[in-house]
Amino acid sequence: MTEPRGQQVEESVSNAAAPGAEALPPDDPVAAGAPSRSQWRDIWHQFRNHRGAMLALVIFLGIILFVGIGPWLWTIDATYVDYRARNQGFTLAHPLGTDQLGRDILARMMTGGRVSIAVGLVAMAIALTLGSAIGVLSGYFRRLDAPLMRLTELFLALPLLPLLLLMVTLFREPLSQRLGAGGGVFLLIVTAIGVTSWMQTARIVRGDVLGLKEREFILAAKSIGTPAPRMILRHVLPNVISPIMVAATLGIATAIITESSLSFLGLGFPPDFPTWGRLLYDAVDQMQMYPWRVILPGAFISLTVLSVNYIGDGLRDAMDPRIRGR
Amino acid sequence: MKLKTLMMGAVATAAMAPAAFAERGSDGQVNIIMWQAPSTMNMYLSGGTKDVIAASMVLEPLARFTPEGEVVAWLAAEVPSVENGGISEDLRSVTWKLKPGVKWSDGTALTSADVVFTADYCMSPEGGCAQLAKFEGVESVEAVDDLTVRVTFTTPRPDPFSAFVSGQAPIIQKAQFENCIGEAAPTCTEENFNPIGTGPFRVTEFRTNDVITFEANPEYRDPDKPAFATLVMKGGGDPASAARSVLETGEFDYAWNTQLAPDVLQGMEAKGMGKVSAAFGSLIERLEVNMTDPSSSLPEGERSTLKHPHPILSDANVRKALSMAIDRQLLTEIGYGSAGKPTCNLIPAPEAWASDNTECLTQDIEGAKALLDQAGWVPGADGIREKDGKRLSLLYQTSVNAVRQDFQALIKQWWQEIGVETELKVIDASVYFGGDPGSPDTFQRFYADIEMLANFFEGGNPEPYLAQRTCNKAPGPDSQWQGENINRFCDEGYDKMIAELSGIVDPAERGEMGQRLNDMLTKDSHSIIPLVYRGTASAHSNTLGGVQLNAWDTELWNVADWYRVKE
Repeated sequence: MTEPRGQQVEESVSNAAAPGAEALPPDDPVAAGAPSRSQWRDIWHQFRNHRGAMLALVIFLGIILFVGIGPWLWTIDATYVDYRARNQGFTLAHPLGTDQLGRDILARMMTGGRVSIAVGLVAMAIALTLGSAIGVLSGYFRRLDAPLMRLTELFLALPLLPLLLLMVTLFREPLSQRLGAGGGVFLLIVTAIGVTSWMQTARIVRGDVLGLKEREFILAAKSIGTPAPRMILRHVLPNVISPIMVAATLGIATAIITESSLSFLGLGFPPDFPTWGRLLYDAVDQMQMYPWRVILPGAFISLTVLSVNYIGDGLRDAMDPRIRGR
Repeated sequence: MKLKTLMMGAVATAAMAPAAFAERGSDGQVNIIMWQAPSTMNMYLSGGTKDVIAASMVLEPLARFTPEGEVVAWLAAEVPSVENGGISEDLRSVTWKLKPGVKWSDGTALTSADVVFTADYCMSPEGGCAQLAKFEGVESVEAVDDLTVRVTFTTPRPDPFSAFVSGQAPIIQKAQFENCIGEAAPTCTEENFNPIGTGPFRVTEFRTNDVITFEANPEYRDPDKPAFATLVMKGGGDPASAARSVLETGEFDYAWNTQLAPDVLQGMEAKGMGKVSAAFGSLIERLEVNMTDPSSSLPEGERSTLKHPHPILSDANVRKALSMAIDRQLLTEIGYGSAGKPTCNLIPAPEAWASDNTECLTQDIEGAKALLDQAGWVPGADGIREKDGKRLSLLYQTSVNAVRQDFQALIKQWWQEIGVETELKVIDASVYFGGDPGSPDTFQRFYADIEMLANFFEGGNPEPYLAQRTCNKAPGPDSQWQGENINRFCDEGYDKMIAELSGIVDPAERGEMGQRLNDMLTKDSHSIIPLVYRGTASAHSNTLGGVQLNAWDTELWNVADWYRVKE
């Protein structure tokens, strides 16, 4: 992430310097630029002006704190069945009530959130890395374009569910043995979601890279002999960061939902691992009588997704030199 | 005022009259929703309950089971018995006499040739008949005269009511299916979707996995029945939406198999449009305890086979303790409400066969702990019991189902309390019950220590069901993982008693023997841990009269008697 930001400034500095004919760009523009104003501060400053993004950041941090620290403060075990306290409403002992077996919903929301957010973030990271790597490679190197795009199409055409079924059947047992029931399934699920959801990102990135390749500054960089890896990292990637950001924020949402449908089919986490998706699905039957059981996990999933979306939006704006300062 | 009252009385009487003297087709249409849609009308080609139910309105057997599990004559004039000469002295043959004057819906008469043909159809070696089990042990079926059929068995049969009895083995018309025998059976689409039957309804339109429309059979033997002129059977959806469409919105009159959490159903019933009733057959939700070692460190082909006894669960004390720790009352209350009863038996009915085994109904956590202590299983550092370096840690699997997952959570906690660690696993029902020999996740493979499922037997004779637990029926790689002895229970004494049972004729004696066998599986060995005696629940509207659920036969067994309740 630091790489692209460094580049943005370099570019904006060189852009600014170009019309001024007097001085050629300094050898090291970053060092030569105003040392008091760092990259990060600029971006942060810009980010802070995006009101939606700031609100989203606060909410997202709140959720992270809730699921991260919460279980230490609220020590009821999320899987403890207290069948004398079934189907309770909001009480002091159970601030968010209890479910049909008397399990504390507040505790379940916290523990469930840990798993859901972790799955969302990790699966998104995997999908994003794969997707942007393949997108950039196929957009930048003409020889790789056809095979990589056919591969992408192959994955798009694959029916997701049978593939996941196969992966789970083949790998669940060996992985569970090596990493424990939870760990093994976690690895399996994030990998499964990751490797089946990178295709959109790859296509978007490839399209952008193709357009970018024809631009003058790329030509200029090429003409001074910039090697391909450096070209990609310093000139191409930073300029396709915004579609990647958008894909990333959407990816988190999809990953959380996919995980829940997997659990629903019995392919996901064992039933004693609460996740937001599972809590949501489990409560659907009782939706009419206990609407809160559906609303709460649903609200948390939506809030997480929305806030990540807004943060992404704000970040993109903050990192875009053309918008910054306006 | 008086006149008005009189007039109202007259109107009311006029309105009541049709209900009292109902004639065929007077009550309009009845709508049934099946959330699993029927895909064929020929139950000989599909073992699915949904298909059997749909077809049972058209095709009828010689005799049926009542909701109490007794045999009543249907197309037969009387139930054969040794007394009336219907069953021969050596118990090797049964003679059925057909009711005279029964007509197919195309107007032709039902004769013994149709009955003989039905047997030939199902027993055709190339046929792949789904109800072949009903015809097991049948040596020959021959027509004595136009209305008399004799069924001969290879061995004496004290209980011959399987072939041609119950909705699963009805009579099909020879004239219609003559060219559909053997390999041709599945290709006869027209015949399989629109069978000619003797039942109260006949198919007017069949749309696979969607809607079937029926109309009253003009040739039905009772001129006043059925009361409904048309019947629509809609497929699709899920149990919750099916129940809602009957209990809350009133779009449908009858919903099949509304297995939902009791509080959900209560909420729906509160609307007052209909109610859910349950019928109890022989369905038992139980834990199967794996008597063989499912460990993945064993080579493939030896896991969960009789070669390796289970390292922990071979200890009878552990099995007993697991059973003692369970509160069946609470499980029933949470999972099934009025559609369930706590039980300790594998054979809950008929009465003569039901053991008076109630010891397990009270939960005894302390007793279970003491038992494990005595058996040498002592708690380790983390509270989980150990013995000879083996941790009391079990893998507990079942299918994806909200009620089953609740059961898993509860049982896991009780076992935690007595120092048993449990890892839970759920498998999609279509895989778990799919029977695919290549899948490691089927209930027959049983690559787990404990598994939960429900099973039942048909008809009033539990003998074949008990006979499933003999050593040679254990699933294994050599039998393509098919076999009914799921938990690999193997006891020579048990096998010997099963062999004896098939020679006993006296019903009381058979029942007694059955009770002993049931006890061997449950309270003596705890190789099967029964949890709940489940009923089949179905919802019907308050305006639908005559519904009588039947767990021993198909649910629509008495659809001819249904009528619209006039208010």
